[in-house]
Amino acid sequence: MPTPLVVSDVAKSFTMHLRDGIKLPVVAGVSFAIRAGECAVLGGPSGAGKSSILKMLYGNYAVDEGQIIVQHEGGLIDLATASPRTVLSVRRQTIGYVSQFLRTVPRVSALDVVAEPLVERGEEREVARTKARSLLAQLNLPEKLWALPPATFSGGEQQRVNIARGFITEHPVLLLDEPTASLDAKNRDVVVALIAAKKAAGVALLGIFHDLDVRDAVADRIIDVTSFAAGKIAA
Amino acid sequence: MTDEPLLRVSALSKFYGSRVGCENVTFDLWPGEVLAVVGESGSGKTTLLNCLSTRLLPSSGTASYRMRDGQFRELYRMSEAERRFLMRTDWGFVHQNPADGLRMTVSAGANVGERLMAVGDRHYGKIRATAVDWLSRVEIDEDRIDDEPRAFSGGMRQRLQIARNLVTGPRLVFMDEPTGGLDVSVQARLLDLLRGLVTDLGLAAIVVTHDLAVARLLSQRMMVMKDGRVVESGLTDRVLDDPRAPYTQLLVSSILQV
Repeated sequence: MPTPLVVSDVAKSFTMHLRDGIKLPVVAGVSFAIRAGECAVLGGPSGAGKSSILKMLYGNYAVDEGQIIVQHEGGLIDLATASPRTVLSVRRQTIGYVSQFLRTVPRVSALDVVAEPLVERGEEREVARTKARSLLAQLNLPEKLWALPPATFSGGEQQRVNIARGFITEHPVLLLDEPTASLDAKNRDVVVALIAAKKAAGVALLGIFHDLDVRDAVADRIIDVTSFAAGKIAA
Repeated sequence: MTDEPLLRVSALSKFYGSRVGCENVTFDLWPGEVLAVVGESGSGKTTLLNCLSTRLLPSSGTASYRMRDGQFRELYRMSEAERRFLMRTDWGFVHQNPADGLRMTVSAGANVGERLMAVGDRHYGKIRATAVDWLSRVEIDEDRIDDEPRAFSGGMRQRLQIARNLVTGPRLVFMDEPTGGLDVSVQARLLDLLRGLVTDLGLAAIVVTHDLAVARLLSQRMMVMKDGRVVESGLTDRVLDDPRAPYTQLLVSSILQV
């Protein structure tokens, strides 16, 4: 099986310059690989650094040490040291990310929010919208909301827009930060089915799921983040 | 997609006597990329913008621009006439105060048409049609085309200034606090409009702002300036979500949460 994502010896800490420069270690020695077609789940209590790991893999957090090697456009890229321009290209083509919260843009309709990542990859706007409609329908978002900007939607509605936006493309790697946190049972099942379809299509998935039912339904294995606790090594 | 930047800036410095305007600024800008330059007033961001747009000559350093023929030209070695031509055709400059970028006593249509005439358009009907098209793209009703911008609201003036700048199909646009001084609701509309235009036209832009929310919404990359120097740069969301430099942490932590 191809391994599109390999993380080795990654460490991260925050230096709080406004608090006399105290250093907050987050994780150290993070090493794992994700194979195509599997869904690995980051496990561990809140504050263990699960979200920080996902954010480093997406280039949203800087990496202090180590490597994050991703297969991108036929080559290998180290995200830990890649230029902003390269990270943007990786996000466009290779690594997708479903965050916990939707960052809304004023005046852009839910449909276009969902279609945007496909358009950015060069797809025709109408083709992208058609696909967006089918995903939003699958996720049971009422059709009357599609033309509205999601800013005023409920938490669960926004999250479904966010999920549709993350799942619309064919990124070979997909990061999921609690995509089912504010969904009802019916829609959780839809997300579980969407994840299964991604696995079948050979996508490498890495997620955080606090919902045990969802986790059991999607996880091929659990990566225990407490084993990367920074204190263990630093102290 | 080209693999060459549009603009290459190397070790650019501007001193006012012994005072530092901006010092040792280096970056590349690629086509379609929006770079935000943030910092508080006096940080040198406007000096940098003025040097880049050749409204001001730097004390040292170089900036070269890839012309439409693919050749890089050193900006500060061009003749004044060449620079003015670039400014009129391939570049745009959106001022914070629309009155600085518009002619307040000629009609809205003429403000847009003037830029077209500067690049050699002479057909009145065509110029007017293009002006109408651009006014509608910036959401100004066609029946306002013969009004002077003096009669426009602040938000409308700013939208008109944007239309005037974009009508010639520039590849690089400089913006100095484009939403400064506007009401929040007007700002949101303008930002959304700018965001759409920049994406649809594949513009490269350098946006100076002290508003981190504006930077987040418009730009992919960001430079943080303090006392004339770049203290941090990188992907916009990385700089805002994981600020590393003490000054950036101060800026980010000073945002009021709503």
